[in-house]
Amino acid sequence: MSELDYWNGRLLKGAVSRREFMGRAAALGASTLAISTMLASADARADETPKKGGVLRLGLGGGSTTDSIDVTSYNDSVMIDTGHGLFDGIVEWGQDGRPHPDLAESFEPANGAKDWIFNLRKGIKFSNGQEFTADDAIYSLNLHRGDTKSGGASTFKPVTDIKKLDKYQIQISLNGPDADLPYALTDYHVGIVPDGFKDWAKPVGTGAFSLDKFDPGVRISLKKTRDYWKPDRGWLDGIEVTVINDSSARLNALISGQIDAINRVDHKAVALLSKSPKLQIVRASGGWHAVMAMQCDKAPYDNPDIRMALKLATDREQILKALFSGYGTVGNDHPIPPNDPYFNKELPQRKYDPDKAAAAFKKAGLTDPKILLQASDAAFNGAVDEGALLQASASKAGIKVDLKKEPADGFWDNVWLKGAFVSSYWGGRAAATQMLSVAYAGSAPWNETHWNNEKFEKLLADARGETDEAKRKPYIWEMQAMLNEQGGAIIPVFKDWLDAHLDKVGGHTPHGGFDMDNGYIMQKAWLKS
Amino acid sequence: MRIRGYKVSVTAQIGIVVVVINLFVALFAPLIAPFDQATPVGDAWADPSAQHWLGLDNLGRDILSRLIYGARMSIGLSLVITALSFLIGVISGFAAAVAGGWIDQALSRLVDLLLSMPTLIFAFVILSVLGSALPVLIFTIAILDSTKVFRLARSVAINIVSLEFVEAARLRGEGWWWIVTREVLPNAVPPLTAEFGLRFCFTFLFIAALSFLGLGVQPPNADWGSMVKEYGEMINLGSAAPLYPAGAIAILVIGANFIVDWMLSIHSRGQGEGA
Amino acid sequence: MLNLVLQRLGLGVLTLFAASILIFIGTEILPGDLASAILQNSATPESLAKLRLDLGLDRPAILRFFDWLFGVLHGDFGHSLANGRDVLTEIAPRFANTMFLAAYAAIVAVPLAIGLGLLAAIRQGGVFDRLVNVFTLMTISVPEYFLAYLLIKYVAVDLGWFPSLANVTPETSFIDRLYYAFLPMVTLVLVIVAHMMRMTRASVLSVMASPYIEMAILKGLRKSRIVVRHALPNALAPIISVVALNLAYLIVGVVIVETVFVYPGLGQLMVDEVSKHDVPVVQACGLIFAATFILLNMTADILAILSNPRLRQPR
Repeated sequence: MSELDYWNGRLLKGAVSRREFMGRAAALGASTLAISTMLASADARADETPKKGGVLRLGLGGGSTTDSIDVTSYNDSVMIDTGHGLFDGIVEWGQDGRPHPDLAESFEPANGAKDWIFNLRKGIKFSNGQEFTADDAIYSLNLHRGDTKSGGASTFKPVTDIKKLDKYQIQISLNGPDADLPYALTDYHVGIVPDGFKDWAKPVGTGAFSLDKFDPGVRISLKKTRDYWKPDRGWLDGIEVTVINDSSARLNALISGQIDAINRVDHKAVALLSKSPKLQIVRASGGWHAVMAMQCDKAPYDNPDIRMALKLATDREQILKALFSGYGTVGNDHPIPPNDPYFNKELPQRKYDPDKAAAAFKKAGLTDPKILLQASDAAFNGAVDEGALLQASASKAGIKVDLKKEPADGFWDNVWLKGAFVSSYWGGRAAATQMLSVAYAGSAPWNETHWNNEKFEKLLADARGETDEAKRKPYIWEMQAMLNEQGGAIIPVFKDWLDAHLDKVGGHTPHGGFDMDNGYIMQKAWLKS
Repeated sequence: MRIRGYKVSVTAQIGIVVVVINLFVALFAPLIAPFDQATPVGDAWADPSAQHWLGLDNLGRDILSRLIYGARMSIGLSLVITALSFLIGVISGFAAAVAGGWIDQALSRLVDLLLSMPTLIFAFVILSVLGSALPVLIFTIAILDSTKVFRLARSVAINIVSLEFVEAARLRGEGWWWIVTREVLPNAVPPLTAEFGLRFCFTFLFIAALSFLGLGVQPPNADWGSMVKEYGEMINLGSAAPLYPAGAIAILVIGANFIVDWMLSIHSRGQGEGA
Repeated sequence: MLNLVLQRLGLGVLTLFAASILIFIGTEILPGDLASAILQNSATPESLAKLRLDLGLDRPAILRFFDWLFGVLHGDFGHSLANGRDVLTEIAPRFANTMFLAAYAAIVAVPLAIGLGLLAAIRQGGVFDRLVNVFTLMTISVPEYFLAYLLIKYVAVDLGWFPSLANVTPETSFIDRLYYAFLPMVTLVLVIVAHMMRMTRASVLSVMASPYIEMAILKGLRKSRIVVRHALPNALAPIISVVALNLAYLIVGVVIVETVFVYPGLGQLMVDEVSKHDVPVVQACGLIFAATFILLNMTADILAILSNPRLRQPR
């Protein structure tokens, strides 16, 4: 680092005055132009200091008339974002990809990661004035256990018991060791409410905001009624959410200034929008990935050569470009995204190769196997197009793929997990072991590829039980290699989350978990004066 | 130009040319289209070039070729569906008007019932009972449309049936077939033709509207309505892509309606002159 | 005359009852159910079973139908399965919005369409006739959301005359509502004018061919006078039925316009609820739509009878 860089860094941190900086820089022989550029960028940074006050207008897709404030019902952006405004969780999935304390101050494994102890924060008050204690945490976590309709139930399935150790300490016991339990608890369904709380129409939480108006699928307004307990969060006086499910309508509302920030920017529009001086695109690489799932125990996909032929016949670059305008990364037929700390960097990237695909297809030795991909835009927007692209690229390898567009309605009921070759998707999980358990463990209810491999099961159990990061890495790498080589999932792409906001919005940062800063926009955003 | 002794107006000539070209394109699509409709040939949303006159679509397929193949699917389907819905609607509408009494009431209320079922639910039910094959799509839309044709046909026919000369024919002992073919049909032709020209157009768009249910044209086959739907958002981004399929529909519909208008004018003159 | 109206009313109620049965059956055989529609791929068999039990989906359909009908007759449409809100309070403001937009569009579109149709008939074959026809045919050749996008792009974003979001709230004043809902209204008008205008033109022209109009022409009356005074009254029947169809569309078919303009009407609600299989809300919406259709068709029938003196005497 040169001396000039050092002084520039001090300037950016505010450790030297402008005057002193100019003197030092000139003494070091920097040109006037360079000095003024550095000063300007420092001024821009000063504008990055969060300010209190103002009402943020959000235009969000992913809302429905059927929405409810009940945390167990959350399944899309509008309620996930609102939930993080009203309630706090136990653990937060940080931008560095690791679990950070939220209402739990600290947490540590015991009994070989079969038990986990959570130390809760003291002196936090709910919006009704009651103090937050272990009973509230236990009640809130139990909303997703046992007899429940919660979408978070699968997260809590391995939990055998949650008990109170003292007023500010709880212990969660599992049916087997899991070194990644804190990651699991970052699930957006976990919102803490007071013990025995039931009246969701009048939510009580420890969150930054209180509910003002709730018109499901139309608009939600939140108000700040007291100081938030997190010193670096909760800047705004209020938030107005307008549910805008049409992506063009969302964009137009932002461009015409009726809305301050939107989620799910149409990838086709990004190039155009980035030219606009008035607004910023927030782009985050994440774990969301498209899947074309072949069931490994059904003909012809029980033949590993057929699986390999179809993987080689998939033109990933083309799918990424056509479906997401390139805003994403190509997949390597396993569900771990490149930004995950446990991503297998040494595994060669699979590429479109019609010749090799044709060879593998021939090697399978089947005469005219019937390959039918069932796709629906209910899986994700573009799934049918993805199928059409596979059809076209496979035909160049001499492989005939039939494509059936399934009705959007009832897709998850009647097609997914039932068809032998079906389009689907997975949202990312905070921990690699979670993603591998949820969709690739032999006994997992959502094992869409009917992948069942003894060696894989052993590796998975070992990885979950190992708390030493260096030791578990080879297990997780090995599992990725196995899925890449033999698995039933074609994973062509991981998509980026694309949000946008007007220049006056600060604190809207990229997060690989989900759109709008993994749903934490309400806590983190602030408005420039 | 004259057809069966009637002078064909300039607009009608344009209409005929448009319709004939469209039918030609639809019939010989594979021979005319410069590229395959399913194969990507370049980058998504590439601009028009010497090679690809209208540019490429969301998956990098040649838009002009998809438009040409789409003509086949769209025009064929729309014609079949509209014809079927008129067959059902007009026959039942006339029957209700001429027969009157309980037949009229039964048919009318049945149609009220069908009309009052939300399309979405109706389509869902059909879908879950009959599946999503092409004939099901044709059948579903034809039934839904025929209810609207029925209401129009009935209201036109009732007016005619109540006229003195029809009463006279009835008293003369003429059968209902005679009444329908000799009295009702000729007088009902103008509004029904006008309706046909429009229903035909609505059908293009309706096919696309139902496509999200999985009903209808299977990918990668193109149809104009779905093309407008898929490209629609691009209008915001300054691309002309959606204008091509929309324009194709508009030109065909306007052409067809020019012919309809000409037929209407012949009808009004023809009757006046007692032809 | 009164008898006729009463009889028609009675039949209407009967049809509505039949419709309620159909709607119930329809919602019964919808593929998939609320439980898995809500949970998508995060559904465990246990959470599905629990949700189904909560929703009462285990009871026989016939029992649930009569329960429902009994409730409806007492003004109780039940509670939303998805978020437990009372169905009536959920629907009422949405229905008011839908009716407002429909009325707004109808007040502009119906006189406009009939006026244009008459003018086109008077100037048959002239430049005005051709222009109006080509323009209206163009507007119906594109899907409504496409018209909406064009209006938003040019009128809302580029010119900034009207907002692109029509997200009215219960507190919005009447004048503001007219302003916010202007672009959705224009879109709907463009969608429905063509049909009514062309039907007016066609049926007036068809009447123009009849002998008594020939007489009037021979008497030397002005064409515009003949069209309005003599042809129009006799051409009303098909016009009325097409107007009724289009008004019905304004109430039950505007989902896409609502979505694009973010207008909180009944259509968006219906689509959300159908795709999530929230049966009580779907049934209530279905019933409202059915009642609207039946009422409109009945009015159209009665008007048609009134417009034709010969029909006033029942055969």
